[in-house]
Amino acid sequence: MKNNNSGWIRIPMPLRYLINLVLIVAVWFPFTSLMHAGVITNYWTGILIMVGINIILAVSLNVATGYLGQLPLGHAGFMAVGAYTAGIFMKATPAAALIKAGDTAALTPYIIIAIVLSAIVAGIFGLIIGIPALRLRGDYLAIITLGFGEIIRVILTNIDSLLGFDFTYGAAGLKRIPKYSSFTLVFICMVLTCTIIHMMMKSRHGRAILSIRENEIASESSGIQTTYYKTLAFVVSAMFAGVAGCLYAGYLGSLYPSTFKFMKSIEILVMVVLGGMGSMLGSVVSASVLTFLPELLRSVDDLRMVVYSLALVIMMIFRPKGLLGSYDFSMSRVLEKFINWFVGLFRKDRPGKKQKKVSEKAGKGGGKV
Amino acid sequence: MSSERRPATKLVPVPSTNIIPERDIGQHPILETRHLGIDFGGLSAVSDFNMAIGRTEIAGLIGPNGAGKTTIFNLLTKVYQPTRGSILLDGIDTANKTTAQVNQLGIARTFQNIRLFRDLTVLENVLIGLHNETKYNLASAIFRTPNYWRREKIARERAIELLSIFDMQDLAAHKAGSLPYGAQRRLEIVRALATNPSLLLLDEPAAGMNPSETSELMDNIVKIRDTFGIAIMLIEHDMNLVMGICEGICVLNFGKIIAKGTPDDIQSNPAVIEAYLGKKKEG
Amino acid sequence: MSLFFSQLFNGLQTGSVFALVALGYSMVYGIILLLNFAHGDIIMVGAYTAFYAMTTFHLHPIFSVVLAILVSTALGVMIEKVAYTPLRQAPRLSLLITAIGISFLLENGAQLLFGADTKSMDPIITGSVTFSGITISYAAMMTIVVSIVVMLLLTLLVQKTRLGKAMRAVSEDMGAAQLMGISLNKTISFTFAVGSALAGIGSILYLCAYPQASPTMGSMLGLKAFVAAVLGGIGSIPGAMIGGFAIGLLEALVSAVGLSVWKDGVVFAILIVVLLVRPTGILGRKVMEKV
Repeated sequence: MKNNNSGWIRIPMPLRYLINLVLIVAVWFPFTSLMHAGVITNYWTGILIMVGINIILAVSLNVATGYLGQLPLGHAGFMAVGAYTAGIFMKATPAAALIKAGDTAALTPYIIIAIVLSAIVAGIFGLIIGIPALRLRGDYLAIITLGFGEIIRVILTNIDSLLGFDFTYGAAGLKRIPKYSSFTLVFICMVLTCTIIHMMMKSRHGRAILSIRENEIASESSGIQTTYYKTLAFVVSAMFAGVAGCLYAGYLGSLYPSTFKFMKSIEILVMVVLGGMGSMLGSVVSASVLTFLPELLRSVDDLRMVVYSLALVIMMIFRPKGLLGSYDFSMSRVLEKFINWFVGLFRKDRPGKKQKKVSEKAGKGGGKV
Repeated sequence: MSSERRPATKLVPVPSTNIIPERDIGQHPILETRHLGIDFGGLSAVSDFNMAIGRTEIAGLIGPNGAGKTTIFNLLTKVYQPTRGSILLDGIDTANKTTAQVNQLGIARTFQNIRLFRDLTVLENVLIGLHNETKYNLASAIFRTPNYWRREKIARERAIELLSIFDMQDLAAHKAGSLPYGAQRRLEIVRALATNPSLLLLDEPAAGMNPSETSELMDNIVKIRDTFGIAIMLIEHDMNLVMGICEGICVLNFGKIIAKGTPDDIQSNPAVIEAYLGKKKEG
Repeated sequence: MSLFFSQLFNGLQTGSVFALVALGYSMVYGIILLLNFAHGDIIMVGAYTAFYAMTTFHLHPIFSVVLAILVSTALGVMIEKVAYTPLRQAPRLSLLITAIGISFLLENGAQLLFGADTKSMDPIITGSVTFSGITISYAAMMTIVVSIVVMLLLTLLVQKTRLGKAMRAVSEDMGAAQLMGISLNKTISFTFAVGSALAGIGSILYLCAYPQASPTMGSMLGLKAFVAAVLGGIGSIPGAMIGGFAIGLLEALVSAVGLSVWKDGVVFAILIVVLLVRPTGILGRKVMEKV
């Protein structure tokens, strides 16, 4: 569509990163200010935190589903692993007292350890389940991961009777976890998740993962160690699900195995599918919308899952690539278009550009990151 | 037969009967197979396949449909595991190697039914071919280290350079699946070349091409061999192409080699004529 | 000892239900390579049909049973027509996601329509017989007998009839079967009809064992039946039977040793182990008859 050598102005890389940073702060700042000012109530802050957690979940599942082209149905299982890891760890630390005392500086290392620990433990589980599961064909992988998710839940419910001491507190739930998940923490984690996954996908590693989705035999014949990259994608997906779980534990303060049912995995899958498999922006947008919408429609909560499932089916039949397909938003690209349009105004040799650019911009507003 | 093709290369007959005439004197072959064979459910699809290819030879693998030609490519690239025999690539036995490892050792291929990464761009397709040449680890990718930028830049330039062999550099930003058929076949060759092979396997590269495209392809195959100094083995039904550029030809029927030799040898070989046209009714 | 035998019969009873449901999964997978996630929920719909027919409308049990089977069959065929036919050329992933969507649609639709609570009814078949200390309920006996008869009939159908031949042909090679003049749509619809009718029968047998219906009853039952189908070798009729009985007996065994809370975990763990050791199940593709 555009040629590099035909006078198209490009924004250099360092500047692009700066633009993104400014954009991120521009999203974060108004929210925190409004929260401090009390304009955004605690209730809505909680929902915003859930939006962030769900974005992490959707974006991480997208790695395995959208980019790798597999269908794991146990994402909630990895989330559960992360959540319980963080919950059990944080209960063992003096975090609760530190939160009470408002000592954020002393609390931060514990939070970082909790996040890293959740990611690692969930990643290990991803590895354990991924290595054997990825040897199998697509639908068997779906079933194995589904089975794994259920096993995790059964273990979380019953492990205490086997151990002989209280560890996960079974169906009664793991309670009194220090509530360390603030909006800013979730926001930072969300941005980091999106950034890391984006950086990975726009590299040789990401291309290798995509090539497996596109054509596994050709990928292998091109020298890609497909088993390694499948496992990598799977483990990365699990790790970030673990991070989401960690934040979830620190937000709710109590965990129950029944939260992490098959249904939860499907909810995350719906977010990915509706947004467009393989589109990070799609996952972000649909995770946000699907978290907000039920809150706005509290009165028709029963209908929510019906609408979800119906949307899933209709989407697959009429728009299998999701709302956004594989389109990804880039602020720099939009700016580039704008700059070039602006420059074009003063150039006599590029007539007729104006109208087109304006309409294009109008159609692509409203995204972030 | 096209007469403006490059003059016949110096074919040197090698004493062994199980070798395609060697082009390179005094060197061991790039690929050698010994008693290679595979069974599918008790049925022998390929058996006793012995062959050697010189380091810069263009070899042809021909035979009627179902003779086992593509099966041989699949065996060489380890898409199928051989039941019997061994494959030596530059003297290294590939017995315990995977498809990806065989590629890293130096065999690249194209596919009879095109297997491109259709939803990715032409450039990305070639970059994936350059995967193992683009050396940086996951951490440098995530933190965007200078090494990442340098390697990516080199890879991109190399990809464009490779695309320009077929004059496809301007298509770099297009989706591979949106290319016309002939361009898709060419892109597959470029992607295979990107893996820096010492042996390139082309499975029916001229399928679906018109005579002028085929003739251009022939020039390009020879050009690729000359610039990269690699061996090329191709499966093809277009006899003009095979006889025009192959220096050694191996004829396969029912999974067995029925003839080997120079194009001239093959054209006059009674067994080959029989395989293609059937047995003459009388004397 | 008598406890062991009672557990054995319990296992065989649930196993028969699993086997019947597994057959439905297996047939559908054999023909269009789709894990029909909605299959378990067809059972749920069948169970609700029978429940309301018998309680609210006071229909004779026989009529209720026939009605449940008919409704299940119609639902199965309708799902195939509405949701799966438009996606026949689509990637497998899309089809799988659609199946999951349909499954959730049925579950949540049922919840909306019938409420989330479990509806209990009087047992359909009561009474039991005691042989030398071993008590076997009539319901268990009937369940086992019915499922074995149904499986024999199904085997005959697939092996001996024209439609059965068409089914086998389509599962072998869709394109070639079409060229031989076999109507794809008809054959696939027929497969769904048979599979869903089996689910309908399964729902009745389930009601015999546990006289209650709930919107999510199909999901765990369906998942386990699916495990049974995979365990036995998906696409194979005897495989589904073996898998079904194996899962039923396994569950009974786990419960018998006092680990019933681990039941679901054990079933899935066995599935994972089997898939890793023998990815094609007990009766793998090579020896099985594809349906």
